[in-house]
Amino acid sequence: MIRWLFALVLAVLAVPLAAQDSMPPAPYAYNQLADEKLEAEAAALMQTLRCLKCQSQSIADSDAPMAGDMRHQVRARILAGESPEAIRGWLIARYGDYVSYEPEVSSTTWPLFAIPVLVILIVAGVLLRRLGKRRDDDAGAKA
Amino acid sequence: MIAEIGLAALWLAAALAVLQMVSGAASLRAAPGEANALAIYARPAAVVQAFLAVLAFLLLLRAFAVTDLSIKLVATNSHSMKPFIYKLTGTWGNHEGSMLLWVGVLAASGGLLAAFEKRLPERTMGATLAVQGFVALGFYAFLLLSSNPFERLPVPAVEGNGLNPLLQDIGLAIHPPTLYAGYVGLSVAFSLAMGALMTREVNPAFARVMRPWVLGAWVLLTLGITAGSYWAYYELGWGGWWFWDPVENASLMPWLAATALMHSVSVLAARDALRTWTIMLGVLAFSMSMLGTFLVRSGVLTSVHAFAVDPERGAFILALLGLYIGGAFTIFALRAGAVAEGKRFAAASREGALVFNNVMLSAILAIVLLGTLYPLLTEAFNVRVSVGPPYFNPAGAIFAIPMLLVMAVGPLLRWKSDKPARIQFELMLIAALVIGVIALVSFFGQFPLLPLLGLGLAAALAVAAVLPLRGRKLVRVPLSTWGMVVAHFGIAVSLFGMACEGAFSEERLAAVAPGGTEQIGDFAVTLEAVTPIAGPNWTAMEARLAVRQDGGEPVFLTPQARSFWSPPQSTSESALLTKWNGQLYAVIGNQAEDGRWQIRIWWKPFVTFIWYGGLLIGLGGILAIAGRLGVDLKRRSATAKGAQRRADVEALGGSGGVPAPQPAE
Repeated sequence: MIRWLFALVLAVLAVPLAAQDSMPPAPYAYNQLADEKLEAEAAALMQTLRCLKCQSQSIADSDAPMAGDMRHQVRARILAGESPEAIRGWLIARYGDYVSYEPEVSSTTWPLFAIPVLVILIVAGVLLRRLGKRRDDDAGAKA
Repeated sequence: MIAEIGLAALWLAAALAVLQMVSGAASLRAAPGEANALAIYARPAAVVQAFLAVLAFLLLLRAFAVTDLSIKLVATNSHSMKPFIYKLTGTWGNHEGSMLLWVGVLAASGGLLAAFEKRLPERTMGATLAVQGFVALGFYAFLLLSSNPFERLPVPAVEGNGLNPLLQDIGLAIHPPTLYAGYVGLSVAFSLAMGALMTREVNPAFARVMRPWVLGAWVLLTLGITAGSYWAYYELGWGGWWFWDPVENASLMPWLAATALMHSVSVLAARDALRTWTIMLGVLAFSMSMLGTFLVRSGVLTSVHAFAVDPERGAFILALLGLYIGGAFTIFALRAGAVAEGKRFAAASREGALVFNNVMLSAILAIVLLGTLYPLLTEAFNVRVSVGPPYFNPAGAIFAIPMLLVMAVGPLLRWKSDKPARIQFELMLIAALVIGVIALVSFFGQFPLLPLLGLGLAAALAVAAVLPLRGRKLVRVPLSTWGMVVAHFGIAVSLFGMACEGAFSEERLAAVAPGGTEQIGDFAVTLEAVTPIAGPNWTAMEARLAVRQDGGEPVFLTPQARSFWSPPQSTSESALLTKWNGQLYAVIGNQAEDGRWQIRIWWKPFVTFIWYGGLLIGLGGILAIAGRLGVDLKRRSATAKGAQRRADVEALGGSGGVPAPQPAE
């Protein structure tokens, strides 16, 4: 089931693509940086940025023109010597938290970090309860 | 007329679901040892209901096969020019059709259970069928009241709207039905769990009845997810194979719960331990199936993902979800105290390892659930956040890494109680492999942490998976043990593929003029020509790429950029060159103004192992089912033979004085 739903998404972004065929994509939308190290940096960053026109795809996985423009921005800025985190910050300032797949702790996202800690505590609790007390209940008194 | 018969069959099936529910519930009121007059209808009702629901689905399938454009669903989702196979698969490539498939599988599994399961006490069976009928009824109501697949158009359409081109792929034939069968197979596990809980029959006999259903559903989920992942990989044109998309997570969550349930039910069957745990996981697994259905079907995921955006459907499924999950957990809370805990065991025992990993699986499930639902929750308050791979990967790994380590050791431990010192050698070997492989790989270059850990764990797990066979006569190892070995080895294979893809993939994006060559890894890729071609319902630009490995003979790849006209959409058809040690993945993009073509090429070492691993895991499950069924059949025939012999002895007057042999139970 997942796939054909997912597929629909691409379909939706393919339509604007057709409409914008006349406009050539920005230089770095479909071209890599010559420097392998910088390209690797850019690629890693692009994997974690959301294509705003798509459903659940990073800009590194999308044919949408906007994803192409964003790829161009990322590569151009990396080439100009900006750090990946500065570029992420710049994009978040423009498009909001939504553009980054890497949630940062903030007033709106803290439960994403608090709940896993809670899960760890619960897991530890359950394991201790189920497995920890075995030595002293050979009598088989409790669970 | 055909469509009306289909609709009538659905209504009748819904009515029979009511009968099944009432009759099943009546069996609970019967005094022990005697049958309630009403109770005899539950089994036939389930069987006939299964027949009717499947009939309704087949009739819809026929409507799509002949492109009956007087039916609204066909007109909006099909097209007379579409290739025949995609006409058929298009039946479930839409909301109503896929819900009908869902309900059809639900009814069919209920029918199979009612027809063939004779081992359970009648009361438990009655309660189980009542629950199954209750669940089915809700989904019949959903289908009939808000998603009628057989709705007619006032005037038949001249031509259909066509099916989304991305769905026009053999993947649609395999992936959704497999996944649905897995989702819904868990409904039987759910009903059995509730039935056993209500009649206080949570015991190994019940677990043996439940086990093949859980295993079967789990195998189907495994294969469905594997197929879906590969489909995404080659169809979307960017080489990604898992996106942590909510729709993908919706299939992963039931799989995680089913994996835990499968292990738990095996412990219950073999050792009479983990009783409440099994029931809870049974409820959880089907809850996740329903949650998945809700996420995908309700339109709660951002608009494009919704097949139907109207909130009526969403609210309907949400109400069903609340009713079933809420009801199940209420009964669980009321009754769990009455279920004795079962046999005890030490922390260092096979049960201990299984409990540890079930907790880890549940924790991963919690993380996936949180990451999937949290953005939906904040969106309701107009705060949009994205949760993606940078969150899921490390958060999941916190629990997955200990789980994989314990998974390596667990099968080597003895039941009930064991001393770690006994398996000292194996422990040392596993630790040495993890550390050795990580050290070796880091020596050759800088790689991200998680793929690196994945490589180490994959190596250790691959070896640990076959260690349980050490010192055993291979021909005498039971089939179900082989199943475990193969499935665990499959996990290692899959993990190895994922880690290699993450650590060693190479990417080449370039604008190439015809005749130009690009180098990637050991491969020289030459763009020989780009030619227009036409298919049944599309036209395309097809690139002819000559791929030479280390200057050898060329192999030709032909990626296409397709344009469909109904509906008007473009897709990238990737071309794959599969080697034993990886895949070369090529895509053609647009033509630039200077006449050069955009080419994207990836070399993904061992990426295919991800799906080979998935297939091995599924195969392991199939072996386990075959092994269990074999043992069951043997036991059944032994019981029959014993009874026969006793009858014979009795017929002879029992004069010999030989005690009749007892059947092995």
